[in-house]
Amino acid sequence: MSAALQDPGPPPARQLILNGIFTENPVFRLALSLCPAVAVTTTVMNGIILGVAVLLVQVLSSATVAIARSFIHPRVRIPVYTIIIAVWVSAIDMSLAAFVPTLYAQVGLYVKLIVAFAIIISRLEVFASRYPLVPSLWDALGMGLGFLFALVVIGAMRELLGNGSLFGVALAPGKPLLFFALPAGGFFSIALLMALFNWMERRAAEAAGARARAAGGSHA
Amino acid sequence: MPRSSQRALIGAGIALLFFLLLFPATRVHAAAPGQAIRAARVQREGLVRLRFAQPLERADAANFRFTEVAAPDVPIPVREVRVEAGNVVTLVVGQPLDPEGSYRIELAEPPLARAVRPPRWALLFSAVLSAALINNFVFTRYLGLCIFFGVTKKRDTALGMGATFTFVMITTGMFSWMMYQFVMKPLQLKFLQILVFIGVVAFLVQLLDTVLKKTHRALHEKFGIYLVLITTNCIILAVPLLNAAADAGPLESLALAMGSGLGFALALFLMSCARERMELARVPASFEGLPIAFALAGLFALAFMGFSGLSFFR
Repeated sequence: MSAALQDPGPPPARQLILNGIFTENPVFRLALSLCPAVAVTTTVMNGIILGVAVLLVQVLSSATVAIARSFIHPRVRIPVYTIIIAVWVSAIDMSLAAFVPTLYAQVGLYVKLIVAFAIIISRLEVFASRYPLVPSLWDALGMGLGFLFALVVIGAMRELLGNGSLFGVALAPGKPLLFFALPAGGFFSIALLMALFNWMERRAAEAAGARARAAGGSHA
Repeated sequence: MPRSSQRALIGAGIALLFFLLLFPATRVHAAAPGQAIRAARVQREGLVRLRFAQPLERADAANFRFTEVAAPDVPIPVREVRVEAGNVVTLVVGQPLDPEGSYRIELAEPPLARAVRPPRWALLFSAVLSAALINNFVFTRYLGLCIFFGVTKKRDTALGMGATFTFVMITTGMFSWMMYQFVMKPLQLKFLQILVFIGVVAFLVQLLDTVLKKTHRALHEKFGIYLVLITTNCIILAVPLLNAAADAGPLESLALAMGSGLGFALALFLMSCARERMELARVPASFEGLPIAFALAGLFALAFMGFSGLSFFR
């Protein structure tokens, strides 16, 4: 009883991860950090590279902030977070340039721009600066996976429709709808996927409402 | 005129002078008495236009030697010499010329020589237009989308944001160019570029905010809110990163900063006009809000693809 009245503490790990992937998906639900989501997702592979880079930066900076949160004075926290993110982005940027140079050549600018992602700093501000290391890690993992998931979905859709292939393997002859591989197609793919997410949510809400009404009716 | 704006004007003048001094002056070569090349310019592909002081005596192709400054031993063949009115001679050369390259024309008789390159203002102009329209930051490079979708609900906000962004992009672009060329490159600190550029942007935005608050109260009340949002924005940060990647000169980086700022302002303005109209439209429920805005941006991107054929000189 007394435990319930106290600070509820961090939510469980499973909920944190699902939260990041579905309920608060950074791209489809929160509409944060959209620039790379449209820019690099012409193929699945590009989406994976950038998604993994974001995941790593998010996890590493969340961990850093969670560990150092008692040393960071609240008044200088935003500059400190920015510097922490910039350090990790530089590290990831250089590692990617060294290990996967051909893929990096296509997404290079956007990897550097991870430093300006609203999603990362907002997770540091909202979560990692308040909770200890382990829940912060789960939260960062959830958000990073959500971002990766979104990029892979958009990338798969655009590569399949624009180039008729997946992971560079041709599945359809020719280029079915070249439009989706073009710059403008990126905006339309995201519009369609967002609308799909909205539609699914509305369907779910309506179904829940109908069930509630049916249950209420039987009681009366 | 208040003293503060006078001081600002003097500061801007000094900055302008500084940049003008950085440009090498166009070289003018000694000429035979009487005869001289008054002007030389690369025109569209394969055309070089020369204006002489007096009518030219020998106007055959063998009289001219045309080379690229980078490869002085390999002459570019002159196919045809057209003599026009007003002492103007147009050379048709055998290969398409690079609008950004620099060339040299030499005459055997009378012995004259002159550097030939496209006019600098035209290069600047084409670089600005290219950054603003052909490679628009929003519609072809997808930068600054968060701000783009965030502030385009009302036209006034969009205009204010566009003006603030253009100004901050030019200031931070030039300042980080100086940092990169004069500090980071000599000291081999290129790997710190992300950290340094973020620092430069944050520092300048804070400085601008403070200065504006003290000197122009009304202006600060109008644009102050946007300034806070700018600090870590990908579109501001992309300009110094792109300039560093291209190792651009002062003029090029100024052109990129100015062009992309203007392009961003244009994108914000267009989008805000369209979204104000969309308020009245009946949109399918699932598409309400952001999805329809994305579709709208897609249409604009499609329209901006038409600019990809736009080019100068070529």
